Amino acid sequence: MNNDVVAMHISNGIIDAPVSGIFAAIAASAIAVCVLRARADLDDRLAPMAGLVAAFIFAVQMLNFPVLPGVSGHLLGGALAAILVGPWVGALCVTVVLVVQALVFADGGLTALGLNVTNMAVIGTAAGYLLVVALLRARVPLVGAAFVASVVSVVVASQGFVLQYALGGGGGLSIGAVASLMAGPHLLIGIGEGLITAVTVSAVAKARPDLVYALRTRRQRQQQEELVSA
Amino acid sequence: MGAGHAHWLHRDHDSPVHRLAPEVKITAAVLCTVAVVLTPREAFGAFAAYLVLIGAVAGLARVGPGWLIRRSAIELPFVLFAVVLPFTGHGPRTQVLGVALSVEGLYAGWNILVKGTLGVLVSLLLAATTTPRELIVGLDRLRCPQILVQIATFMLRYLQVLVDEARRMRVARLARGYDPRFLWQVRAFAAGIGALFLRAFERGERVYLAMLSRGYTGRLPEGRAPKASKTQWTAGLSVVAATAVIAVVS
Repeated sequence: MNNDVVAMHISNGIIDAPVSGIFAAIAASAIAVCVLRARADLDDRLAPMAGLVAAFIFAVQMLNFPVLPGVSGHLLGGALAAILVGPWVGALCVTVVLVVQALVFADGGLTALGLNVTNMAVIGTAAGYLLVVALLRARVPLVGAAFVASVVSVVVASQGFVLQYALGGGGGLSIGAVASLMAGPHLLIGIGEGLITAVTVSAVAKARPDLVYALRTRRQRQQQEELVSA
Repeated sequence: MGAGHAHWLHRDHDSPVHRLAPEVKITAAVLCTVAVVLTPREAFGAFAAYLVLIGAVAGLARVGPGWLIRRSAIELPFVLFAVVLPFTGHGPRTQVLGVALSVEGLYAGWNILVKGTLGVLVSLLLAATTTPRELIVGLDRLRCPQILVQIATFMLRYLQVLVDEARRMRVARLARGYDPRFLWQVRAFAAGIGALFLRAFERGERVYLAMLSRGYTGRLPEGRAPKASKTQWTAGLSVVAATAVIAVVS
Protein backbone atom coordinates (compact mmCIF):
# COMPACT_ATOMS: atom_id res chain seq x y z
CA MET A 1 0.00 0.00 0.00
CA ASN A 2 1.05 3.56 -0.62
CA ASN A 3 3.42 5.03 1.92
CA ASP A 4 3.04 8.75 1.36
CA VAL A 5 0.23 9.93 3.56
CA VAL A 6 -0.88 13.38 2.53
CA ALA A 7 -3.76 15.42 3.86
CA MET A 8 -6.62 16.70 1.78
CA HIS A 9 -8.65 18.25 4.56
CA ILE A 10 -8.24 21.89 5.56
CA SER A 11 -5.54 22.33 8.21
CA ASN A 12 -5.19 24.89 10.99
CA GLY A 13 -4.32 28.45 10.02
CA ILE A 14 -5.57 28.41 6.41
CA ILE A 15 -8.79 30.19 7.34
CA ASP A 16 -8.71 32.78 10.14
CA ALA A 17 -10.13 32.16 13.61
CA PRO A 18 -13.43 34.15 13.44
CA VAL A 19 -14.54 32.49 10.19
CA SER A 20 -13.47 29.05 11.51
CA GLY A 21 -15.57 29.75 14.59
CA ILE A 22 -18.60 30.78 12.57
CA PHE A 23 -18.38 27.64 10.47
CA ALA A 24 -17.89 25.51 13.60
CA ALA A 25 -21.21 26.94 14.84
CA ILE A 26 -22.87 26.32 11.45
CA ALA A 27 -21.58 22.74 11.38
CA ALA A 28 -22.65 22.11 14.98
CA SER A 29 -26.20 23.33 14.38
CA ALA A 30 -26.47 21.38 11.11
CA ILE A 31 -25.35 18.25 12.95
CA ALA A 32 -27.82 18.90 15.74
CA VAL A 33 -30.62 18.97 13.15
CA CYS A 34 -29.25 15.78 11.57
CA VAL A 35 -29.15 14.03 14.96
CA LEU A 36 -32.80 14.93 15.59
CA ARG A 37 -33.93 13.83 12.13
CA ALA A 38 -31.71 10.71 12.13
CA ARG A 39 -33.46 9.37 15.24
CA ALA A 40 -36.58 8.96 13.10
CA ASP A 41 -34.63 7.15 10.36
CA LEU A 42 -32.42 4.99 12.53
CA ASP A 43 -34.39 1.78 12.87
CA ASP A 44 -32.81 -1.51 13.91
CA ARG A 45 -31.10 -2.12 10.64
CA LEU A 46 -29.98 1.39 9.95
CA ALA A 47 -27.64 1.48 12.99
CA PRO A 48 -25.12 -1.10 11.72
CA MET A 49 -25.75 0.15 8.19
CA ALA A 50 -24.65 3.64 9.18
CA GLY A 51 -21.54 2.29 10.92
CA LEU A 52 -20.73 0.21 7.89
CA VAL A 53 -21.24 3.04 5.46
CA ALA A 54 -18.86 5.11 7.59
CA ALA A 55 -16.34 2.25 7.75
CA PHE A 56 -16.74 1.73 4.02
CA ILE A 57 -16.09 5.38 3.21
CA PHE A 58 -13.13 5.23 5.54
CA ALA A 59 -11.75 2.06 3.97
CA VAL A 60 -12.29 3.17 0.39
CA GLN A 61 -10.40 6.35 1.23
CA MET A 62 -7.39 4.12 1.84
CA LEU A 63 -7.41 3.10 -1.82
CA ASN A 64 -6.36 5.84 -4.19
CA PHE A 65 -7.23 6.23 -7.78
CA PRO A 66 -4.99 8.22 -10.15
CA VAL A 67 -6.36 11.61 -11.16
CA LEU A 68 -3.41 13.24 -12.88
CA PRO A 69 0.17 11.98 -13.12
CA GLY A 70 1.52 12.30 -9.58
CA VAL A 71 -1.85 13.27 -8.14
CA SER A 72 -4.24 10.78 -6.68
CA GLY A 73 -7.61 11.31 -5.14
CA HIS A 74 -9.89 9.42 -2.86
CA LEU A 75 -13.58 9.17 -2.19
CA LEU A 76 -15.37 11.82 -0.14
CA GLY A 77 -18.45 9.67 0.21
CA GLY A 78 -21.17 12.27 0.78
CA ALA A 79 -23.39 11.22 -2.12
CA LEU A 80 -22.81 7.51 -1.47
CA ALA A 81 -23.79 7.88 2.17
CA ALA A 82 -26.86 9.97 1.32
CA ILE A 83 -28.13 7.44 -1.25
CA LEU A 84 -27.61 4.42 1.01
CA VAL A 85 -28.67 5.72 4.45
CA GLY A 86 -30.43 8.99 3.67
CA PRO A 87 -29.28 12.59 4.04
CA TRP A 88 -29.50 12.86 7.85
CA VAL A 89 -27.68 9.69 8.84
CA GLY A 90 -25.44 10.13 5.77
CA ALA A 91 -24.23 13.52 6.94
CA LEU A 92 -23.55 12.02 10.38
CA CYS A 93 -21.51 9.19 8.78
CA VAL A 94 -19.30 11.62 6.89
CA THR A 95 -18.96 13.75 10.04
CA VAL A 96 -17.79 10.73 12.02
CA VAL A 97 -15.26 9.89 9.31
CA LEU A 98 -13.91 13.46 9.38
CA VAL A 99 -13.72 13.63 13.19
CA VAL A 100 -11.94 10.28 13.41
CA GLN A 101 -9.54 11.29 10.63
CA ALA A 102 -8.70 14.48 12.50
CA LEU A 103 -8.20 12.68 15.83
CA VAL A 104 -6.67 9.39 14.72
CA PHE A 105 -4.76 10.39 11.58
CA ALA A 106 -4.08 14.10 12.19
CA ASP A 107 -5.72 14.77 8.80
CA GLY A 108 -7.53 18.11 8.99
CA GLY A 109 -6.94 20.69 11.68
CA LEU A 110 -8.87 20.47 14.95
CA THR A 111 -9.89 24.13 14.62
CA ALA A 112 -10.77 23.57 10.94
CA LEU A 113 -13.15 20.72 11.76
CA GLY A 114 -16.16 23.02 11.40
CA LEU A 115 -14.98 24.09 7.94
CA ASN A 116 -14.37 20.51 6.81
CA VAL A 117 -17.65 19.20 8.23
CA THR A 118 -19.59 22.06 6.60
CA ASN A 119 -18.03 21.39 3.18
CA MET A 120 -17.95 17.62 3.00
CA ALA A 121 -20.58 16.38 5.43
CA VAL A 122 -23.23 19.10 5.13
CA ILE A 123 -22.84 20.69 1.68
CA GLY A 124 -21.58 17.52 -0.06
CA THR A 125 -24.28 15.26 1.35
CA ALA A 126 -27.09 17.79 0.84
CA ALA A 127 -26.11 18.51 -2.77
CA GLY A 128 -25.74 14.81 -3.54
CA TYR A 129 -29.06 13.85 -2.01
CA LEU A 130 -31.13 16.68 -3.49
CA LEU A 131 -29.74 15.93 -6.94
CA VAL A 132 -30.33 12.18 -6.68
CA VAL A 133 -33.93 12.72 -5.60
CA ALA A 134 -34.52 15.20 -8.42
CA LEU A 135 -32.96 12.89 -11.03
CA LEU A 136 -34.89 9.85 -9.83
CA ARG A 137 -38.07 11.88 -9.98
CA ALA A 138 -37.17 12.76 -13.60
CA ARG A 139 -37.00 8.98 -14.24
CA VAL A 140 -33.22 8.87 -14.62
CA PRO A 141 -31.97 5.34 -13.80
CA LEU A 142 -30.32 5.00 -10.38
CA VAL A 143 -26.82 4.34 -11.80
CA GLY A 144 -26.82 7.55 -13.81
CA ALA A 145 -28.36 9.56 -11.01
CA ALA A 146 -25.78 8.30 -8.53
CA PHE A 147 -22.91 9.14 -10.90
CA VAL A 148 -24.07 12.68 -11.69
CA ALA A 149 -24.96 13.43 -8.07
CA SER A 150 -21.50 12.34 -6.87
CA VAL A 151 -19.61 14.41 -9.42
CA VAL A 152 -21.66 17.50 -8.63
CA SER A 153 -21.54 16.97 -4.86
CA VAL A 154 -17.72 16.78 -4.84
CA VAL A 155 -17.34 19.94 -6.94
CA VAL A 156 -19.96 21.83 -4.91
CA ALA A 157 -18.28 20.73 -1.64
CA SER A 158 -14.93 21.99 -2.94
CA GLN A 159 -16.53 25.35 -3.67
CA GLY A 160 -17.48 25.56 0.01
CA PHE A 161 -13.78 26.13 0.63
CA VAL A 162 -13.81 28.98 -1.90
CA LEU A 163 -16.54 30.71 0.10
CA GLN A 164 -14.56 30.18 3.31
CA TYR A 165 -11.36 31.46 1.70
CA ALA A 166 -13.19 34.56 0.45
CA LEU A 167 -14.43 35.24 3.99
CA GLY A 168 -11.34 34.45 6.03
CA GLY A 169 -8.34 33.37 3.95
CA GLY A 170 -5.03 35.21 3.91
CA GLY A 171 -2.56 35.81 1.11
CA GLY A 172 -4.68 37.72 -1.37
CA LEU A 173 -5.17 34.99 -3.98
CA SER A 174 -8.03 36.04 -6.22
CA ILE A 175 -11.30 34.21 -5.64
CA GLY A 176 -11.44 33.17 -9.28
CA ALA A 177 -8.00 31.56 -8.99
CA VAL A 178 -8.94 29.65 -5.84
CA ALA A 179 -12.25 28.56 -7.37
CA SER A 180 -10.60 27.12 -10.48
CA LEU A 181 -7.75 25.66 -8.41
CA MET A 182 -10.33 23.78 -6.34
CA ALA A 183 -12.78 22.92 -9.12
CA GLY A 184 -10.26 21.37 -11.57
CA PRO A 185 -8.81 18.53 -9.50
CA HIS A 186 -12.12 18.00 -7.71
CA LEU A 187 -13.92 17.50 -10.99
CA LEU A 188 -11.50 14.66 -11.73
CA ILE A 189 -11.84 13.30 -8.18
CA GLY A 190 -15.60 13.60 -8.62
CA ILE A 191 -15.52 11.43 -11.74
CA GLY A 192 -13.63 8.72 -9.81
CA GLU A 193 -16.05 9.14 -6.94
CA GLY A 194 -19.01 8.99 -9.32
CA LEU A 195 -17.82 5.68 -10.78
CA ILE A 196 -17.31 4.12 -7.35
CA THR A 197 -20.66 5.41 -6.07
CA ALA A 198 -22.56 4.28 -9.17
CA VAL A 199 -21.08 0.79 -9.11
CA THR A 200 -21.54 0.35 -5.36
CA VAL A 201 -25.10 1.65 -5.36
CA SER A 202 -26.15 -0.43 -8.35
CA ALA A 203 -24.60 -3.58 -6.83
CA VAL A 204 -26.49 -2.98 -3.59
CA ALA A 205 -29.71 -2.09 -5.43
CA LYS A 206 -29.50 -5.30 -7.45
CA ALA A 207 -28.90 -7.63 -4.50
CA ARG A 208 -30.63 -5.83 -1.63
CA PRO A 209 -32.90 -3.02 -2.88
CA ASP A 210 -34.37 -2.75 0.63
CA LEU A 211 -31.06 -1.25 1.79
CA VAL A 212 -31.05 1.75 -0.56
CA TYR A 213 -32.66 4.73 1.16
CA ALA A 214 -33.15 6.76 -2.03
CA LEU A 215 -35.07 3.87 -3.60
CA ARG A 216 -37.03 3.22 -0.45
CA THR A 217 -38.59 6.67 -0.45
CA ARG A 218 -39.44 6.32 -4.12
CA ARG A 219 -41.00 2.93 -3.50
CA GLN A 220 -42.99 4.31 -0.60
CA ARG A 221 -44.17 7.14 -2.81
CA GLN A 222 -45.28 4.69 -5.47
CA GLN A 223 -47.15 2.68 -2.87
CA GLN A 224 -48.88 5.83 -1.72
CA GLU A 225 -49.81 6.72 -5.31
CA GLU A 226 -51.22 3.22 -5.81
CA LEU A 227 -53.23 3.59 -2.64
CA VAL A 228 -54.58 6.93 -3.76
CA SER A 229 -55.49 5.72 -7.24
CA ALA A 230 -57.02 2.48 -5.93
CA MET B 1 -4.77 15.40 -2.74
CA GLY B 2 -5.09 12.48 -0.48
CA ALA B 3 -3.15 9.37 -0.18
CA GLY B 4 -4.46 6.66 2.06
CA HIS B 5 -4.70 6.34 5.76
CA ALA B 6 -2.89 3.08 5.78
CA HIS B 7 -1.04 3.56 9.05
CA TRP B 8 -2.39 3.76 12.53
CA LEU B 9 -0.51 6.47 14.35
CA HIS B 10 -0.86 5.01 17.83
CA ARG B 11 2.54 4.26 19.45
CA ASP B 12 2.00 1.25 21.60
CA HIS B 13 4.05 1.79 24.75
CA ASP B 14 3.46 3.18 28.21
CA SER B 15 4.07 6.74 29.38
CA PRO B 16 2.43 9.29 31.67
CA VAL B 17 0.78 10.86 28.61
CA HIS B 18 -0.50 7.46 27.42
CA ARG B 19 -2.05 6.88 30.86
CA LEU B 20 -3.90 10.20 30.85
CA ALA B 21 -7.66 9.74 30.36
CA PRO B 22 -8.74 10.28 26.72
CA GLU B 23 -11.31 12.98 27.50
CA VAL B 24 -8.57 15.08 29.13
CA LYS B 25 -6.25 14.66 26.15
CA ILE B 26 -8.94 15.55 23.59
CA THR B 27 -9.95 18.67 25.54
CA ALA B 28 -6.33 19.74 25.98
CA ALA B 29 -5.47 19.15 22.32
CA VAL B 30 -8.46 21.15 21.06
CA LEU B 31 -7.89 24.08 23.47
CA CYS B 32 -4.14 24.22 22.72
CA THR B 33 -4.82 24.23 18.98
CA VAL B 34 -7.34 27.05 19.42
CA ALA B 35 -4.76 29.06 21.38
CA VAL B 36 -2.16 28.51 18.63
CA VAL B 37 -4.58 29.60 15.90
CA LEU B 38 -5.61 32.72 17.87
CA THR B 39 -1.97 33.83 18.29
CA PRO B 40 -1.12 36.81 16.04
CA ARG B 41 1.17 35.75 13.20
CA GLU B 42 3.85 38.34 14.04
CA ALA B 43 4.43 36.79 17.50
CA PHE B 44 7.44 34.73 16.45
CA GLY B 45 8.57 34.14 20.05
CA ALA B 46 5.22 32.62 21.00
CA PHE B 47 5.44 30.04 18.22
CA ALA B 48 8.94 29.06 19.38
CA ALA B 49 7.56 28.68 22.91
CA TYR B 50 4.73 26.44 21.64
CA LEU B 51 7.29 24.26 19.89
CA VAL B 52 9.27 23.91 23.13
CA LEU B 53 6.06 22.99 24.98
CA ILE B 54 5.13 20.39 22.36
CA GLY B 55 8.68 19.04 22.55
CA ALA B 56 8.36 18.68 26.32
CA VAL B 57 5.06 16.76 26.04
CA ALA B 58 6.52 14.59 23.28
CA GLY B 59 9.51 13.83 25.52
CA LEU B 60 7.19 12.89 28.36
CA ALA B 61 5.21 10.67 25.96
CA ARG B 62 8.46 9.13 24.61
CA VAL B 63 7.49 9.98 21.02
CA GLY B 64 10.65 10.65 19.03
CA PRO B 65 11.24 13.78 16.92
CA GLY B 66 12.07 11.67 13.87
CA TRP B 67 8.65 10.00 13.96
CA LEU B 68 6.90 13.35 14.44
CA ILE B 69 8.73 14.94 11.50
CA ARG B 70 8.08 11.97 9.19
CA ARG B 71 4.38 11.89 10.08
CA SER B 72 3.90 15.64 9.75
CA ALA B 73 4.54 15.18 6.02
CA ILE B 74 0.75 14.79 5.92
CA GLU B 75 0.76 18.58 5.78
CA LEU B 76 2.74 18.88 2.53
CA PRO B 77 -0.03 20.16 0.20
CA PHE B 78 -0.60 23.10 2.52
CA VAL B 79 3.12 23.80 2.67
CA LEU B 80 3.08 24.08 -1.11
CA PHE B 81 0.14 26.47 -0.86
CA ALA B 82 2.08 28.52 1.72
CA VAL B 83 5.16 28.64 -0.52
CA VAL B 84 3.14 29.95 -3.48
CA LEU B 85 1.58 32.87 -1.57
CA PRO B 86 4.66 35.17 -1.36
CA PHE B 87 4.93 35.06 -5.16
CA THR B 88 1.26 35.66 -5.90
CA GLY B 89 0.38 38.09 -3.08
CA HIS B 90 -0.43 41.75 -3.67
CA GLY B 91 0.74 44.88 -1.89
CA PRO B 92 4.23 46.16 -1.06
CA ARG B 93 7.16 43.94 -1.99
CA THR B 94 10.39 43.17 -0.28
CA GLN B 95 13.68 41.82 -1.64
CA VAL B 96 14.62 38.35 -0.43
CA LEU B 97 17.80 36.99 -2.03
CA GLY B 98 17.18 39.25 -5.01
CA VAL B 99 13.58 38.12 -5.53
CA ALA B 100 10.74 40.57 -5.00
CA LEU B 101 8.23 38.92 -2.67
CA SER B 102 4.90 40.21 -1.40
CA VAL B 103 5.13 41.14 2.31
CA GLU B 104 1.49 40.22 2.85
CA GLY B 105 2.03 36.95 1.01
CA LEU B 106 5.08 36.12 3.15
CA TYR B 107 3.10 36.71 6.33
CA ALA B 108 0.13 34.70 5.05
CA GLY B 109 2.39 31.84 3.99
CA TRP B 110 4.22 31.89 7.35
CA ASN B 111 0.86 31.95 9.15
CA ILE B 112 -0.36 28.82 7.34
CA LEU B 113 2.98 27.06 7.72
CA VAL B 114 3.50 27.65 11.43
CA LYS B 115 -0.09 27.16 12.60
CA GLY B 116 -0.60 24.15 10.34
CA THR B 117 2.62 22.53 11.54
CA LEU B 118 2.00 23.15 15.25
CA GLY B 119 -1.59 21.91 14.84
CA VAL B 120 -0.44 18.72 13.14
CA LEU B 121 2.15 18.12 15.86
CA VAL B 122 -0.53 18.45 18.57
CA SER B 123 -2.87 16.09 16.67
CA LEU B 124 -0.02 13.62 16.09
CA LEU B 125 0.79 13.58 19.81
CA LEU B 126 -2.88 12.94 20.62
CA ALA B 127 -3.09 10.12 18.07
CA ALA B 128 0.25 8.63 19.14
CA THR B 129 -0.72 8.38 22.80
CA THR B 130 -4.39 7.37 22.51
CA THR B 131 -5.87 4.29 20.84
CA PRO B 132 -8.81 4.87 18.45
CA ARG B 133 -11.06 3.00 20.87
CA GLU B 134 -10.04 5.31 23.75
CA LEU B 135 -10.67 8.34 21.55
CA ILE B 136 -14.28 7.21 21.06
CA VAL B 137 -14.69 6.60 24.79
CA GLY B 138 -13.32 10.10 25.35
CA LEU B 139 -15.80 11.63 22.90
CA ASP B 140 -18.61 9.71 24.62
CA ARG B 141 -17.60 11.10 28.04
CA LEU B 142 -17.44 14.59 26.57
CA ARG B 143 -21.19 14.26 25.84
CA CYS B 144 -20.85 13.72 22.10
CA PRO B 145 -24.34 12.75 20.74
CA GLN B 146 -25.05 9.02 21.16
CA ILE B 147 -25.76 8.48 17.46
CA LEU B 148 -22.32 9.76 16.52
CA VAL B 149 -20.64 7.61 19.16
CA GLN B 150 -22.57 4.56 17.96
CA ILE B 151 -21.67 5.15 14.32
CA ALA B 152 -18.03 5.72 15.26
CA THR B 153 -17.95 2.53 17.35
CA PHE B 154 -19.40 0.44 14.54
CA MET B 155 -17.09 2.12 12.07
CA LEU B 156 -13.92 1.20 13.95
CA ARG B 157 -15.17 -2.34 14.55
CA TYR B 158 -15.86 -2.95 10.86
CA LEU B 159 -12.86 -1.09 9.47
CA GLN B 160 -10.36 -3.90 9.94
CA VAL B 161 -12.89 -6.44 8.68
CA LEU B 162 -13.35 -4.41 5.51
CA VAL B 163 -9.64 -3.92 4.95
CA ASP B 164 -8.93 -7.61 5.38
CA GLU B 165 -11.83 -8.53 3.09
CA ALA B 166 -10.50 -6.12 0.45
CA ARG B 167 -7.03 -7.61 0.76
CA ARG B 168 -8.37 -11.15 0.36
CA MET B 169 -10.31 -10.11 -2.76
CA ARG B 170 -7.21 -8.42 -4.20
CA VAL B 171 -5.06 -11.47 -3.60
CA ALA B 172 -7.75 -13.60 -5.24
CA ARG B 173 -7.75 -11.32 -8.30
CA LEU B 174 -3.94 -11.40 -8.52
CA ALA B 175 -3.99 -15.17 -8.25
CA ARG B 176 -6.26 -15.28 -11.30
CA GLY B 177 -3.73 -13.47 -13.47
CA TYR B 178 -4.97 -9.92 -12.86
CA ASP B 179 -2.37 -7.27 -13.68
CA PRO B 180 -3.20 -3.97 -11.97
CA ARG B 181 -2.03 -1.00 -14.02
CA PHE B 182 -3.26 2.56 -14.27
CA LEU B 183 -6.72 2.83 -15.87
CA TRP B 184 -7.08 -0.89 -16.49
CA GLN B 185 -7.62 -1.45 -12.81
CA VAL B 186 -10.61 0.89 -12.58
CA ARG B 187 -13.05 -1.74 -13.80
CA ALA B 188 -11.96 -4.52 -11.49
CA PHE B 189 -11.56 -2.03 -8.65
CA ALA B 190 -15.09 -0.72 -9.13
CA ALA B 191 -16.66 -4.16 -9.49
CA GLY B 192 -14.80 -5.31 -6.38
CA ILE B 193 -16.06 -2.39 -4.36
CA GLY B 194 -19.72 -3.26 -4.89
CA ALA B 195 -19.08 -6.83 -3.85
CA LEU B 196 -17.02 -5.66 -0.88
CA PHE B 197 -19.85 -3.50 0.40
CA LEU B 198 -22.43 -6.28 0.21
CA ARG B 199 -20.18 -8.88 1.81
CA ALA B 200 -19.32 -6.49 4.62
CA PHE B 201 -22.91 -5.38 5.15
CA GLU B 202 -24.30 -8.87 5.39
CA ARG B 203 -21.60 -9.79 7.86
CA GLY B 204 -22.31 -6.60 9.82
CA GLU B 205 -26.03 -7.33 9.92
CA ARG B 206 -25.41 -10.82 11.34
CA VAL B 207 -23.06 -9.44 13.98
CA TYR B 208 -25.52 -6.72 14.92
CA LEU B 209 -28.40 -9.17 15.34
CA ALA B 210 -26.14 -11.39 17.44
CA MET B 211 -25.28 -8.36 19.58
CA LEU B 212 -28.97 -7.46 19.98
CA SER B 213 -29.80 -10.98 21.09
CA ARG B 214 -27.05 -10.76 23.71
CA GLY B 215 -28.51 -7.60 25.25
CA TYR B 216 -26.88 -4.77 23.28
CA THR B 217 -28.66 -1.51 24.10
CA GLY B 218 -26.70 0.96 22.02
CA ARG B 219 -23.82 1.42 24.45
CA LEU B 220 -20.76 -0.73 24.71
CA PRO B 221 -19.51 -1.65 28.18
CA GLU B 222 -16.82 0.75 29.39
CA GLY B 223 -13.34 -0.52 28.67
CA ARG B 224 -10.36 -0.58 30.97
CA ALA B 225 -9.65 3.13 30.65
CA PRO B 226 -10.67 4.66 33.99
CA LYS B 227 -12.44 8.00 34.11
CA ALA B 228 -10.33 11.11 34.53
CA SER B 229 -9.45 12.03 38.10
CA LYS B 230 -9.04 15.60 39.36
CA THR B 231 -5.26 15.14 39.17
CA GLN B 232 -5.51 14.10 35.52
CA TRP B 233 -7.64 17.11 34.63
CA THR B 234 -5.17 19.35 36.45
CA ALA B 235 -2.25 17.82 34.52
CA GLY B 236 -3.99 18.16 31.17
CA LEU B 237 -5.27 21.66 31.78
CA SER B 238 -1.89 22.88 33.03
CA VAL B 239 -0.58 22.35 29.49
CA VAL B 240 -3.55 24.34 28.21
CA ALA B 241 -2.85 27.05 30.79
CA ALA B 242 0.78 27.25 29.65
CA THR B 243 -0.38 27.64 26.04
CA ALA B 244 -2.89 30.29 27.04
CA VAL B 245 -0.24 32.24 28.96
CA ILE B 246 2.04 32.21 25.90
CA ALA B 247 -0.86 33.33 23.69
CA VAL B 248 -1.80 36.21 26.01
CA VAL B 249 1.79 37.38 26.66
CA SER B 250 2.56 37.49 22.93
